[in-house]
Formats: sequence, C-alpha cells, structure tokens
Amino acid sequence: MKPSTRRRLFQGVLYAVFVIVILVVAFLADWDAIRTNFFNLEVAAATFPEIVVIAAKNTVIYTVIAFIGGLILGLILALMKLSPVLPYRWLATGYIELFRGLPALLVIFGFAYAIPIAFQWRPPGGSVGAGLIGLIVVSAAYIAETIRAGIEAVPKGQVEAARSLGINPTWTMVSVVLPQAFRIITPPLTNELVILIKDTSLLFIAGLALGERELTTFARDSLTSLANATPLVVASLLYLVITLPLTQLVAKLERHNKRGR
Amino acid sequence: MTSLSKGSSAVSTTEPAIEVRALCKSFGSNDVLKGIDFHVDQGEVVCVIGPSGSGKSTLLRCVNRLEEPTTGSVMVEGIDITDPETDLDKMRTRIGMVFQQFNLFPHLTVLGNLTLAQQRAKKRGKAEAIEVARRNLAKVGLAEKENAFPAQLSGGQQQRVAIARALSMDPDMMLFDEPTSALDPELVGDVLEVMKQLAREGMTMMVVTHEMGFAREVGDRVVFMDGGVVVEQGKPEDVLGNPQHERTRSFLSKVL
Repeated sequence: MKPSTRRRLFQGVLYAVFVIVILVVAFLADWDAIRTNFFNLEVAAATFPEIVVIAAKNTVIYTVIAFIGGLILGLILALMKLSPVLPYRWLATGYIELFRGLPALLVIFGFAYAIPIAFQWRPPGGSVGAGLIGLIVVSAAYIAETIRAGIEAVPKGQVEAARSLGINPTWTMVSVVLPQAFRIITPPLTNELVILIKDTSLLFIAGLALGERELTTFARDSLTSLANATPLVVASLLYLVITLPLTQLVAKLERHNKRGR
Repeated sequence: MTSLSKGSSAVSTTEPAIEVRALCKSFGSNDVLKGIDFHVDQGEVVCVIGPSGSGKSTLLRCVNRLEEPTTGSVMVEGIDITDPETDLDKMRTRIGMVFQQFNLFPHLTVLGNLTLAQQRAKKRGKAEAIEVARRNLAKVGLAEKENAFPAQLSGGQQQRVAIARALSMDPDMMLFDEPTSALDPELVGDVLEVMKQLAREGMTMMVVTHEMGFAREVGDRVVFMDGGVVVEQGKPEDVLGNPQHERTRSFLSKVL
C-alpha cells in the first residue's frame, strides 16, 4: 500500500468513527427529557427578569469590587515583594504563598464566620462584604505575582533613562514602569478577571440574602424550587454573555496598545 | 539656550565639568575600572575610545552614578557625586545622558517623552515644558513628529528624540554612550550631525564612541582606554594619527 493511500484510509477511518459516535449518541439520547429538563422555555421564562436584574447584575458588581480590591492590594504586595527592605519582601512572599495555597472557599468561609466569631467583628457589608473580603484577599495573591512579573519585564534601560533625567524612584515607578508593566500583563490580568467572575459563585458559602444572590446561587435556588435544570443553562448563557465580550474587548485593547510598544 | 544655562550655573569656568580621581569599579571579582584619572573641562568635547570590555561605558555611567563606584571620587562641577548627602536627582538634571539603545519611553508620544522629566524633576508647568520640548525637537529636525510614538520612528529619529529629551532639561553637559552603535549605517549621519551642532554651540560633551571620524573631527581630546585603565590621551590628530602605545596602535589598526 502506498503511504498516501494509507494516510487517506486512516483519515477515512477517523471520519467514520466520528459519524458513528454522533449517530449513536443521537439515537440513544432521550431528547424529550433533555428538552423538558434543560431547555424548557416556560421554566426559563419564570427565571426572568430576576436572573438578569438581580443575579447577573450582582455577579458583575461582586466581580468589579473584588477585582478593584484585588488590584489595589495586589499592587501593594507586588511593590513590597520588590522592596529593598527585607521584612517587606518576607511579608509579601509569605502572604502570596499562603493564599495561593489555600482554597478560596476556605478563606471566604473564614472571613464570613471564623473572624466574626473569634473577634466579635463583622466585616462591612454583612455576609456579602465578608465573602468579598475573602475573595479580594485570595485574588490579590495571584494578581500580585502577575504585577511583579510585569514590573520585572520592563527593560532595565527604561528605569535608567528615567533616573538619568533626574526623575525620582517613585515617579519613575508611577509614570514609566507601571504603565508599561500593565500593558505587558493585560492578557494574564484578563485571565484573573475571568477567573474572578466565576469565583463569585463561591460567595454562596457566606450566606446570601434573596436580593444578594449571584448567578450560580440564583440558578441553584431556581433549580430546587422549579425541579428543573433549565435555570442552570440560562445562568451558563449569562456567564458567557459577560465573559465573551470581555475577552474580545481586551483583545482589542491589546491591538491598540501595540501602537505604544 | 546653551549659553543661558551655562550662565545660570553658579560654577566658575576654571573648574572641570567632570573630574574623576582614582576610580575603581568591580562587578564581583571582575575589576572593570582599575584606577582611572580623567577629566572633562567646561565646553570641552572628549571622545573615549577603546575595545569592548575596556570599561569606557562603565566610566561614563559612573559620572551620573548609574553605576556605583567601588572606590575613588567623581566630581561634577565641583560636587562629589558619590557623596550620599548629594541630591543625586538634582545633579542628574544637569547631566544629560544618551544611551546606545535610545531608551525612549514607548508608552508616551515624542512630546510626552520630552516633557515628562521637565514636569516631574524640574517642576516646570505643562505649557513651559511643551514650549521647551518643541524648541528642542526643532533643533534635532523632528518638529513634525511630536505626536508620533517611538515605535513609529526609525532608529536614527529615535536617537535624535532621545538627544532632544536630554536637552530639554537644559543640562550643563551631555554624556553619550555609544549613541550610534545600534543604528543602521545610513542613519548614523543624522545623529552625528546633531551632535556636531551641539559641540559647535559649546556644549560640554563626553562621548563613548566607535566613530573615529567623529572623534577626529569634533573631539577636543581623545582618550584611549583598554583593560580598565587610560592608556593614552591627547589631541585627536596625535592619538589617532600618531599613537605612542602599542595597544593603541593595535586597536586603531583594527578599526580604521
């Protein structure tokens, strides 16, 4: 058999397997059950408008709060990790290693229950606030490492040029290094943001009041009350509605920033 | 402009602009500078030549303390730059520096590159900074490029912007660290032309270079370095035309 014939035969087999698998699944699947349980339009209609005006809105709000908080705390940690003062470096390294090593769920749980019990102190914003603090604390550890990598990726000559012009270390960091570092880390930072959108679903562990529910919690509650899986599908679509434009927007920003590279 | 900045500095003209004494610099166990005595007088153009690894760039970078000298002293306009009490940022506004790799700020426009340090280090207002920047851009022949980003310019244009950026601080002297070494051959001329114009205006200049033609034509003095020491120095026609040391002759025979 010629090699080209053999290759064509092999590809033919691959296509055949693909078609057979699709057909078997199509025949064996209980389409009625799938349609009534996952794509039930009446059930979907019952979740509106709350699933958008409460749940999706809360998901976005929680994400924005956690991301901004994580950015601020992460930036402080990154600068501490690059500090010439040794104890600052220790502290930042310890923090980052600790919170990257713990499950976010455990940290959120800690802020929502353990700290209030231990110190008789309730974080601002009630249980959601406590959960958000946990989310910020965890995301800051990841964001700090991303920012540190970005700062270190700015060429040394940039700092030398700024310093040789007499710009002091603080202004060099603020107007020369950080703007370039954030351009470099736009892709990994978007990744952090998308992960955070999904991690807001962990806030349920803090205990959310009816109006505080985010997408996953809302969908889970609807699932139990309506005895139907369609709310999960609606929630999934809404997650994609939030994340897909975001990744597109960042791709656009990246192209725009290339001009200034 | 140059005469204005000279007049405003409270330094007598007899004092050397740069005076380096017994300067040693080592990186770990690697001794790069082994006791350098070197000076640049006010208004003088000194070209430093030598093989790569001879320490000439390190010497230049010690003048504005981008490199920390190991021992020895570096005086700039009579002020000890290695003294921890010296306001280094303020001194650096008086010492312009141009790098081999240009080191323009890629996230800022040409105008942004020229105004940033004026505003942050010299505390000039925005309007004044822009005015000074435009004057210096015109001087290097790039007035029409003020809104371009560095990545949109050729290497030669970037280096001229870098020179304009340094000049916008109204420095008393300029340090050039192999300013044409990263350029395509056909772009070298424009940059050298700007530097010649500066020299004609009486700017104090220390130029580390491989451009022997520039050293011969523009330099008041040529310093040949090898192995971390100054081997010989003198008028360009003497050092380049009639070198006294074997090492100088051997180097020049390779580059000329």
